[in-house]
Amino acid sequence: MKEKTKVSDIDRNMYDFRYDEKDAYKVQEGLTPAIVEQISKEKKDPEWMREFRLHCLDIYNQIPIPDWGPSIDGLDMDNIVTYVRPNTKMQGDWKDVPQDIKDTFERLGIPQAERKSLAGVGAQYDSELVYHNVKDEVAQQGVVYSDIESALHGEYADLIRSHFMKLVPPTDHKFAALHGAVWSGGSFVYVPEGVHLTIPLQSYFRLNAKGAGQFEHTLIIVEDNAYLHFIEGCSAPKYNVANLHAGCVELYVGKNSTLRYSTIENWSKNMYNLNTKRAIVAEGGKIEWVSGSFGSHTSYLYPMSVLQGRGARCEFTGITFAGKGQELDTGAKVVHNAPDTSSYINTKSISKDGGVSVFRSAVVVKPQAKRSKSAVSCQSLMVDNISRSDTIPAMDIRTNDADVGHEARIGKISDEAVFYLMSRGISEEDARAMIVSGFADNVSKELPLEYAVEMNNLINLEMKGAIG
Amino acid sequence: MAENLLQVENLNVNVDDKEILHGIDLEIGRQETHVLMGPNGAGKSTLGNTLMGNPRYTVTNGRILFNGQDITKESVDKRAKAGIFLSFQAPIEVPGISLGDFLRSAMEQRTGKRMRVMEFRKAVQENMELLNMDMSYLERDLNVGFSGGEKKKAEVLQLLMLRPELAILDETDSGLDVDAVRTVSKGIEQYQKTVKGSLLIITHSTKILEALNVDLVHVMVQGELVAIGDDSMIEEINEQGFAKYEA
Repeated sequence: MKEKTKVSDIDRNMYDFRYDEKDAYKVQEGLTPAIVEQISKEKKDPEWMREFRLHCLDIYNQIPIPDWGPSIDGLDMDNIVTYVRPNTKMQGDWKDVPQDIKDTFERLGIPQAERKSLAGVGAQYDSELVYHNVKDEVAQQGVVYSDIESALHGEYADLIRSHFMKLVPPTDHKFAALHGAVWSGGSFVYVPEGVHLTIPLQSYFRLNAKGAGQFEHTLIIVEDNAYLHFIEGCSAPKYNVANLHAGCVELYVGKNSTLRYSTIENWSKNMYNLNTKRAIVAEGGKIEWVSGSFGSHTSYLYPMSVLQGRGARCEFTGITFAGKGQELDTGAKVVHNAPDTSSYINTKSISKDGGVSVFRSAVVVKPQAKRSKSAVSCQSLMVDNISRSDTIPAMDIRTNDADVGHEARIGKISDEAVFYLMSRGISEEDARAMIVSGFADNVSKELPLEYAVEMNNLINLEMKGAIG
Repeated sequence: MAENLLQVENLNVNVDDKEILHGIDLEIGRQETHVLMGPNGAGKSTLGNTLMGNPRYTVTNGRILFNGQDITKESVDKRAKAGIFLSFQAPIEVPGISLGDFLRSAMEQRTGKRMRVMEFRKAVQENMELLNMDMSYLERDLNVGFSGGEKKKAEVLQLLMLRPELAILDETDSGLDVDAVRTVSKGIEQYQKTVKGSLLIITHSTKILEALNVDLVHVMVQGELVAIGDDSMIEEINEQGFAKYEA
C-alpha cells in the first residue's frame, strides 16, 4: 500500500496538462462592437449573422447580471478573450491535426473512443473545431454532422438561419446574449426522417488558452421517427485566472423521435460555466438528458425541455459533485405545453470539502397540458459537516388534472453504514467511497460506459484524497 | 498457543458519556461456543459492538486481547482483518452496492488476494444453497428491500465466506419465523464444523440454540456479567426467565 496524503484537490493529471498557445489568431480581451465585428470577419459570417451578433451585443449590454444564483464576481468580461483560433484548419483526417493538439485529444482518449464505438466525432480546441469525421455508412443515411460555420454556407444554410438561437433567444439572459455575440465552433447535426443511429455521435470541447472563453453552439435537428444519441465532453487545464464557458445547445426533436443527450462536464476549477441548453419536443417524441457536472468553479446549468406536442416526454438524469471551492448550481426545467405530456427528473448531488451544490427545478404545466404527469426526485449527500446542499423546487401548475410529484432528500453518510462496511474488513476511506459511489450508482448506469468508469474513478479520487 | 482467543479484562464502556458496561471480564477459548443471554437493555449488544470497535462506544477502562494482541484501540477494519466478525442485529441497507460485489471485496480484504468473479461465484454457491438463497441475491443492493429473514441469511452467508476466528452473532434469530431460524441455525452449525472458529451468540431467546453445541452460558444484567454456567442454564432460563438474576 502506498502512503496516502490528504489533499484538498483531486489528482487532475488527466486533464491538467496544457500546451503553449500557438494560436494563429486571437482577439483582444474584453467586449466591444469592434471585437465582435472582428470575430465575424474572421469567421466569414454571412451578413445576417454579422448583424445578429451586433444585435446580441446590444442586448448583452442592456441585461443585468443575474442576482439570484452563485456569485460570478470573479468573472471580469474585460479580461476574457472571446476568440482564440488554433493554428490549424479543420481536418477530416486525424493524422493532419497538429501534434500538440493531437496529443491533447489522444491523452483524453478521443480518437480511441471514435475507433471503438462512435458514429462520428468532433473535437474543438479553444474556439474552433480542429477535427471532424463521420463514418461513411452514417453519412450515407443522410445524417449531417459538421461544424456550424460550414453549415452556414452550405445547403443547410436556411435551416440554420431558421433555427439558430430561436429556441434560446438572446433576450433569454445576459449570457445567452453574450453567446449570440461571440459564439464560435460547436456542432450541427441533422438526422433525416426515419433514421435510427444505433451508435452515438460525440463532440469534445477543450479549452486550452488562458483567460479565454469558449462559446460553442450545438444545434441538433432530429426529424420525425428518428433516433440519435449525442455525447458531449468538456475539459480544460487549470489556470489561476478565470475562464468562461457560455455555450448554447438547441435541440429540435421531431414527432415520435428520441434524442438522448449525454454530457460529462469536467472543466477545471477556474471555470465559470454559464451554459444554456434547451430542447423542444414534438408529438410523441422524447428527450433524454444525462448530465454529469464535476468541474468548474461556478456553474449555472438547467437544461430545459419544452414538451410541445401531445404525448411528448422528457427524462432528465443528473449528477453533480461539488468539491472544495466549487459552487455548482444545477437542475432542470420542463414546460408541459400539450396534453398527455410527461416528465421525469431524477438527480443526485454530492458535496464535499465545503463545496456547495444547489438543485433547482422548475416544472410548468400550461392550461392546455391536460393529463400531464411530472415526477421530480432529488437526493443530496453531504460528505462532511462543512459542505452545503440546497434544493429549490418550483412548480407552476395551470390545470387541475395534472399528476405532479416532488421528492427531495438530503442526507449524510451514516456512521452506522461506515461501521457496517468496516466490520467486514473494508477501510474507512474505502467504505465512504463505496457509499458515495453507491449513492451515485443509478445515475452512473445511465452514462456511456467510459464516462461511468471515469465518474467512479473521480469519486474514488475525491473521497480518498490520494496522490498518484 | 496457550492463550485464549479472546480475553476481555475489566472493561468499562460508555455511550454518549453514560456508562453501560461496568467491569466486564470474559474469556473465550478456541473452537468454543459461548452464549450471552440477558433481558432487553442489559448491554449485550453494547458488548458485541465494543468488541468489533464501533466508534459510538468508548472504552473507558480495561482492555480487549485477541490472539494475545491488545486490540482495544484498533480500528474496526483491522479487527475484522484479524478475524473478528459481528453479525448485525439490524443489518444496514447500502444502496448501489450489490451483495456480490460487497462480499467479494470483503473477501479480498480478508485474504489480501484478488478474486476472480467466476472463482467467487463458485465459492459462494454452496453456501447460498445451504441457506436457501437464490444466486440472484448477489445482484441485489446490499440489504436493500431484504426482509428480516433475508438480511439475517445474508449475514450468515458473510460469516461463512469470510471464515472469521471469532464470530459474534447479535440477535441473529430475532424476528425470524421458525423456518428461517432453522436455516440460520444450519448456517451456524456449518460454521462450527467447517471453519472451527469460536462463537459468541447474543440472544434473549433460545430457539436458535437447540441444534448447537454450547460450551458456556453467560448472563448479563444491567451491564454486568452476573452468572456463568453450562448449557443446562439455557433450559432453566427458558422456563424461569431472568428474574433470579435481577436482584
